[in-house]
Order: sequence, then structure tokens, then C-alpha cells
Amino acid sequence: MTETRTQTQFEEVDQIVVRFAGDSGDGMQLTGDQLTRTTALMGNDLATFPDFPAEIRAPAGTLPGVSAFQLRFSNFDIHTPGDAPDVLVAMNPAALKVHVSSLRRDGTLIVDTTSFGPVDLKKAKYDKNPLEDGSLDGYRVIKLELQRLTREALASTTLDTRSKDRCKNIYALGIVSWLFHRDLKPTIQFLRGKFASKPEIAEANVKALEAGHLFAEVSGLFQAAYRVAPATFMKPGTYRNVMGNQALCLGLVAAAKKSGLRLVLGSYPITPASDILHQLATYKHHGILTFQAEDEIAAIGAAIGASYGGLLGVTSTSGPGLALKSEAIGLAVMTELPLVVIDVQRAGPSTGMPTKTEQADLLQAMFGRNGECPVPIVVARTPADSFGAAFDAVRIALRYMTPVILLSDGYIANGSEPWCVPTASSLPEIAVKFAAAGDGTARFRPYERDPVTLARVWARPGTPGCTHRIGGIEKEDGSGNISYDAQNHQHMVDLRAEKVARIANDIADAEVIGHPSPDVLFLCWGGTTGAITAAALRLSKAGHSIGAVCLRWVNPFPKNLEAILRASKRVIVPELNLGQLAMLIRSRFLVDAQPFTKVQGQPFTSHEVEEAGLAALAALRGQEVSR
Amino acid sequence: MSTTGTPLTKKDFKSDQDVRWCPGCGDYSILNAVQTAFAELGKKPHEVAIVSGIGCSSRFPYYMETYGFHTLHGRAPTIATGLKLANPDLDVWVVTGDGDALSIGGNHLIHVLRRNVGLKILLFNNRIYGLTKGQFSPTSERGKKTKSTPMGSVDEPFSPIGLALGANATFVARSVDIFAQHLVAMVKRMDAHRGTSLLEIYQNCNIFNDGAYKSFTDKELRDDRVVELHQGKPLLFGKNLDKGLSFDADLRPRIVEKADAATWDEHRANPAYATALAHADEASLPVPIGVFRDVARSPFESDLRNQLAVAGERKTESLDELLLGNETWTVGS
Repeated sequence: MTETRTQTQFEEVDQIVVRFAGDSGDGMQLTGDQLTRTTALMGNDLATFPDFPAEIRAPAGTLPGVSAFQLRFSNFDIHTPGDAPDVLVAMNPAALKVHVSSLRRDGTLIVDTTSFGPVDLKKAKYDKNPLEDGSLDGYRVIKLELQRLTREALASTTLDTRSKDRCKNIYALGIVSWLFHRDLKPTIQFLRGKFASKPEIAEANVKALEAGHLFAEVSGLFQAAYRVAPATFMKPGTYRNVMGNQALCLGLVAAAKKSGLRLVLGSYPITPASDILHQLATYKHHGILTFQAEDEIAAIGAAIGASYGGLLGVTSTSGPGLALKSEAIGLAVMTELPLVVIDVQRAGPSTGMPTKTEQADLLQAMFGRNGECPVPIVVARTPADSFGAAFDAVRIALRYMTPVILLSDGYIANGSEPWCVPTASSLPEIAVKFAAAGDGTARFRPYERDPVTLARVWARPGTPGCTHRIGGIEKEDGSGNISYDAQNHQHMVDLRAEKVARIANDIADAEVIGHPSPDVLFLCWGGTTGAITAAALRLSKAGHSIGAVCLRWVNPFPKNLEAILRASKRVIVPELNLGQLAMLIRSRFLVDAQPFTKVQGQPFTSHEVEEAGLAALAALRGQEVSR
Repeated sequence: MSTTGTPLTKKDFKSDQDVRWCPGCGDYSILNAVQTAFAELGKKPHEVAIVSGIGCSSRFPYYMETYGFHTLHGRAPTIATGLKLANPDLDVWVVTGDGDALSIGGNHLIHVLRRNVGLKILLFNNRIYGLTKGQFSPTSERGKKTKSTPMGSVDEPFSPIGLALGANATFVARSVDIFAQHLVAMVKRMDAHRGTSLLEIYQNCNIFNDGAYKSFTDKELRDDRVVELHQGKPLLFGKNLDKGLSFDADLRPRIVEKADAATWDEHRANPAYATALAHADEASLPVPIGVFRDVARSPFESDLRNQLAVAGERKTESLDELLLGNETWTVGS
């Protein structure tokens, strides 16, 4: 056996895309997470895409119950979890049915043949057995009876059969770990930690992992194992793997610390934002207060109350929750209190598809309130970028005394990638100034403003000499007294708009990636950034005049955006909605921005975007020729 | 406006804004009682914040020389909760009405009560919608004829006290706008309570629901129609306190001889007696005012702050450590 080991053939490749698919109860997310952890620790660049149903446990073996996890890792700079997997691990007929069409032609299909009886096939809506009808010709199919193999491997343990069968996914992880030359140690460490109170289970899982690894090596079913060297292009530094929601939370905490304010999160559970509440709840030792409210409105109410009290109020939700919070956001605009409202978008409208991604809340964030009610909008572009987006949201909210909406989406919230961790000292300080105590001789004026930012003065209740009243009724500038005066209302509406517009002075310029002065410009925002970046870089490298701008701020737009738009000949706006940013761009700049849209609950593939870019370029060239 | 030196008077709690309630509104006497109580309690204006929702009563903060926040319809308890979490030392009062607290904001009210957030809630109950000009409210009696219910409402009203007790509120009391001394005393009792204290104040809307409480608040009727709850004392009423109130086997309140009157205990853990009084028939029985319930339970904000303190003792972590997490790798230069 030692001999076979030394004979293992390695094929060096620059990237691998692997997808695990099985029942929601099969542990696919856990399997994917572990492979991701190991891969991160081995120094590859990576991107992940978990794709799971909203149902906790849909009926076993059915199509709606299929849960999948895709991991792409490489030795070069990647921006997406990949379009077509090289390797698909399908744990049952339903998983095969849902995912096989995306497998690369000549890709490797590892399929668990344990449950391919007539009933199983019927549940997966197969008329014929796909393992026998030739429909899988063209793939490298590796049929394994995973259940039997796992049971055999665990024969010597005292576990009951059911518990043995639950180690099946870990056995599969063992196989894949060999196939991709992944270290087993991080997973073993994880298993022993996770099942610390049940050492029997822990050891059975470790055994299954090692058995799967050994089986892959000695079975002769695989011609070679693949090796992906560590990524070397990355800038020097210390890296960790982060999911979008995780990075977002770290950004909030970091900004709170840099401002010297305690963070108070008011939240109500909602997919896919709940992890923000979960994670911040574990940061109590950092002084973070989390409040699970009775509903979305109470959640933002508490956040506004905390901000009124002089702390940093934050609320997290998804689209339906943002709809419920809209009146309260208006109050925060009117009372000019700092506040961060996080919307992790999901497919809508209404309940929509809670676990699927979409970017269709942009106009809701922009306009979804009564009255003229401007709110700055910052967006997270990639899982790791969520850190900076959250930090920026807090910075602007405090500097301008305004609510800020932070848009993320399900795709980046649950996706992960390596993040070059900044040192605390490298992060900018966020200056916060409260009104000083007065002696009571002069009446405090809560709407006195900073002449540069137009931010009003912030007085913490409890401060002597600063008693004042604020509220949702229109108020006189300066004094803050209730006012129904016609000219004052005009002045205040203009002023609130101007305050948001001035934020453009405080945000980074837009950057063009790909061709520096492209004929065709992709303009995107948020979670599509990965796919658009990949497409723009590849096409420009191939000599096409194509570039991209991926916006961090959507309201206000960066100051240099208009010039960039006008310099290009075609502006394509790829977004996962029916053209919301395109609408804003057209109305704002009178630029003929063309929407390129998709609403399928799935992110763009780079391929789709590339085709759109090339088509635009071809159309442009045709036009130029005919001219 | 002075914040130091001589003891404060109720004038020190009056803001410079003109009060804009209708002349004759019960809100004036409540404002006066609260200002009086605050002065007598020795409060300092800057240590108090008053949070209100929307409605006639919710204009209250503008007339108080304290911190004030006039918020959203029904949402005052949520904003006040956040404020109390932010600053547990701040003296936070909520002013709300029957529509604000029990209709659009009903959900928030029950949750703030069950959590026992350290807020003092003044619920002005005039049994009508005033600011929207006279529709029935969730405390209007059945059959109420209003603009929106020309044939009379078919809605069963809430008992605010019963609702609060059902939500396991730790302090629940009732007073009346024109019973100035009683009202001041109740405000002081609320102030002494840790956790949420709710005071229902029967308030006359002389424009849209004039005389709603006349049948038991009129001077000549009062003695026979109102029973004051006093801790450890029998439930007595009548001009010479010669009649009593007790409970039958089904906990229904009934009028009895003075000697047979039940003894009132506001500290009972079981809210059954208080609930029975809250739902007592207003027409046939004397109307109870005073403290229905006063029990101890740790306030929400202290429990939450305690968790922070415990977590802080268990683990210290720098921002750098937090950002790095447990699993990192290094890319060399």
C-alpha cells in the first residue's frame, strides 16, 4: 500500500471547480465549508457559492430538497466561483438531475449509486435510470456505493447503522481531498472539535474521511490526482477566508471601535440576513449589544433609539424587512440621526425566493419612502469587500448624521473568498463629536450644522444644558422647532438632498478595470462585481476595448462617474433585476445606458457577461463600419 | 431653564413652546400633573427623555423642558427601548394614546411589557381618535357611533390594564386626568418602579368624546362610583367608605358589606385578581383606580448589560485578534 501511495500521479492544474450536491440533510454545506477551509489554509485563491433551498428539510430525495455547494480554487486571481464545475459529486438521483447539466463536458461525475431504485428515480422525476441510459456519456462517471463503502469502513465501530450512514458525506470529502491533494488535518481538527462531546462520532467521521482518502488512492478509479499550487499573485499579507455576512459584521465592529461608539444592532430574523444577528450576538465581549426585536419595525426603532441616545444604531434585514422599515428610515432622515440599515437582498417580490439571490431592491432603497427622503446607498461588491462597505457605511452615517442603506445580497452574503486582513491601526479613525454641556443660559439649537457636511449637532440625552425636542414633523432649521412655514420646508427639503449629495466629496472615485479607456463599459454594482470583473479582465486581456466600473456608492454616485460614462461609446449595465441602475443612470446623466439583466435567482456567469460585452462591441463596430 | 442651585419647580419643566391642545382637553391637567410630580421628585430636566408616538397625546414632549422625541405612530416603545439600552441611567418616559399604544402599536406595547424594559409609559385613554377627528378607537365601547361607524362599532374594546396584565407587566396602574392629586401620586409610584411601569390615564376628549368618563368622575358621583386600590387595605368606596368590593368563587368582583371587603394586594404574583378588576363591568361596579400590580422582575436593559459584562470578563480580544480569527495564512513578499 505504501508503494501505491508513492506512485500517485499528480497533474498540475491552475484551477479546480468542484460542486457537491445532495439532500438538504446530507451535509453538503458542511462538506463544502470544510473543503473551503482547507483550501484557504493551503494558500489558494478561492470563491464559493452555496445554493440551498429555503425549506429546512424538504422530503428526502426530491428535486426541491437538493442543496449544493460550489468551490473554485486556483493559483491565480479569480473573481467568481466558476461557471461549470470540473467535478460534480452527486449524492442521489435528484442531485444528479438538478446539477448534471452544468457539469463541464468531459468533467468528472462522482455519483453515489446507493439510492437509484425505481422509487428514488421517480422522486427525482427520472423515467429511466440515467446511469444506464447513456445520458451521462461524455462525462467521466465514477459510480460509487458510498453507503456500503462507508458502512464497511466503519464496521469496527459500535455506531448504529443510521449514524454510520451519516458519515457518508465525510467519506466523499475524503475521496475529493485525495483527488485535489487537500490536507486532511484541518478537517480532522474540525470534526474532533465539533463532536467533542461525542468522541465516538468524531472518530467515526475521522475514520470515514481517511477511508475515503485511501479508497480514492488505491481503487484505481481515478487516473490522477490534481494539484493546484498556492496563489502567488496575492499581495503580501495575512489572509483568512471570509463569508460576506461575516466580513460585513467585522466591518461594523471595526468601525464602531474606530469611532469609539458602542454598536447596537436591532434585528428580526430573516433569510439571508440572520447570520449578521447571529454573529454580532457572539461579540458581546466587544461591547456589541444585539436586540432581537418583535418585528422589523421594532428592530429599526431600537436602532434609532440607540442612535438618539448617542450610540451607533444598526439594523439588518432583507428586502421584505426593508419595506417594513421604510417609515422609520424616513424618521431617521427627518431627525438626522446616524443609522446603518443593512439589506441583504434576496429574490422578490414579496416572499419571493428567500435563499436565492437578486439585486432588485435598489430602487426600494433609493425611493421607497414617503416624501422627498434621500438616503445614501453603499453596496458590498464581494464577500471580502463587505468589510469595507460596512466600514464606509458607518463612517458616512456618523460624519453626515444620516441613515445609510448598505446593500448586500444572498450571493455574496453566503459566498466566501480570501481576505487580506487589515491591521486595526491601518484603519482610519472615525471622529465623532457630541454637543458639550451648556450652562443653561442659551437655548440649545439641535439643527445647527457643520458648514461643510451640513451634519447637525448631536447631543446625547443626559447632557446638561442641551435639552431639546426632535421628531418627524418638519422643523425650523437651526432651532429645530416645529415649523409649517412654506419657505422653511423648501429649504429643509433642499438641504436634506444637498447633504446627501455632498457625500460625494467623501467617497472614493470610480475605477475603471480592464481596458483603461474602453469603448464598451460595464457599469455594475454589488454582487455582480465578481462576474463582471472577471469578464472585463479576460476580454481586455484578449485585446478588446472593454472595461468595467463596479460601484461601491450608488447614492451619491462618485464624482468622476459621469466623465467615465461619457468617455465610453457603449454603457452596459449588467444587474440581477430588470434594469434599476440603468434607470438611475439614464435619468441622472442622460446617458444611453443599456441594461443587461437576469432574474433567475442565480448570479451571472462570467461567460454570459463576456458574450454581452462582445455583442455590444460587435454592434458598435458594425455601426462604425456602416457609418 | 436653570439646572443648578435652587430646587426646581414645575415651571422648570415647561418648554418655551405654546401648548396646542384644544381648550378644555384633559391633556392639560396631565401635563400639569407630570410637571408637578417631576419637580417634586427632584428630577433634573436633562436626565429625562420623553418619547412619544403619534396622536394628540404624543405632542406631549414638545411641551416639556426635557429631552424629547416625537416618533412614529405606535412605535414609541421601540425607540424608547433602544434609548434605554443605549443609556440605562437615563430616565425614559413614553407618552402614548389608546390608538397609538393599542391599535397600530399594540405589538410593541405587549413586547415591551413582557421584556420589562425600564420605561415609564403614560397611556392617555380617551376612547376615541382625536387627531384624525373622531373615529372609534380600540378602547371605544361597543356600539360607538362615529364617522367611520355610522351604525355603531361592532368591535369589542380592549381593557388596557387587562392587556398589560396578560403581557405579564410588572407595574400597572390607573388614574384619571382630573384627579390631580391621585395622578401625581401615581406618576411618583411609576417613577419608583424598576422595569416597565404602565399608567392608564382616563382622559376626557371634550371635542370628540366629551363626557366619556362623566358617569363616574363627576364630583357628586365619584365617591360611589370609584374604588381606590390601596396596598394592604380593604377595597372600600362610598362617601364614608361604607361599601366594599370582593370577589365571588369565579373571581367576579361584586359589591359587599364593608366588613366583607377583600383586602388588596398589588404584589401578588398571580395576576388573576388584578385582571378580574381590570375587566369589571364599568356600569354596575365602582371603577378601580390605583395600582393594580407592582411586582419585582429584573429590567431587560440590566440583564442585557450584565451579559456584556460577563462576556467581557470571560474573554478579552483585541480588534486585530478579532479580525484575524483562528485560521490565517501568510502570503510572503
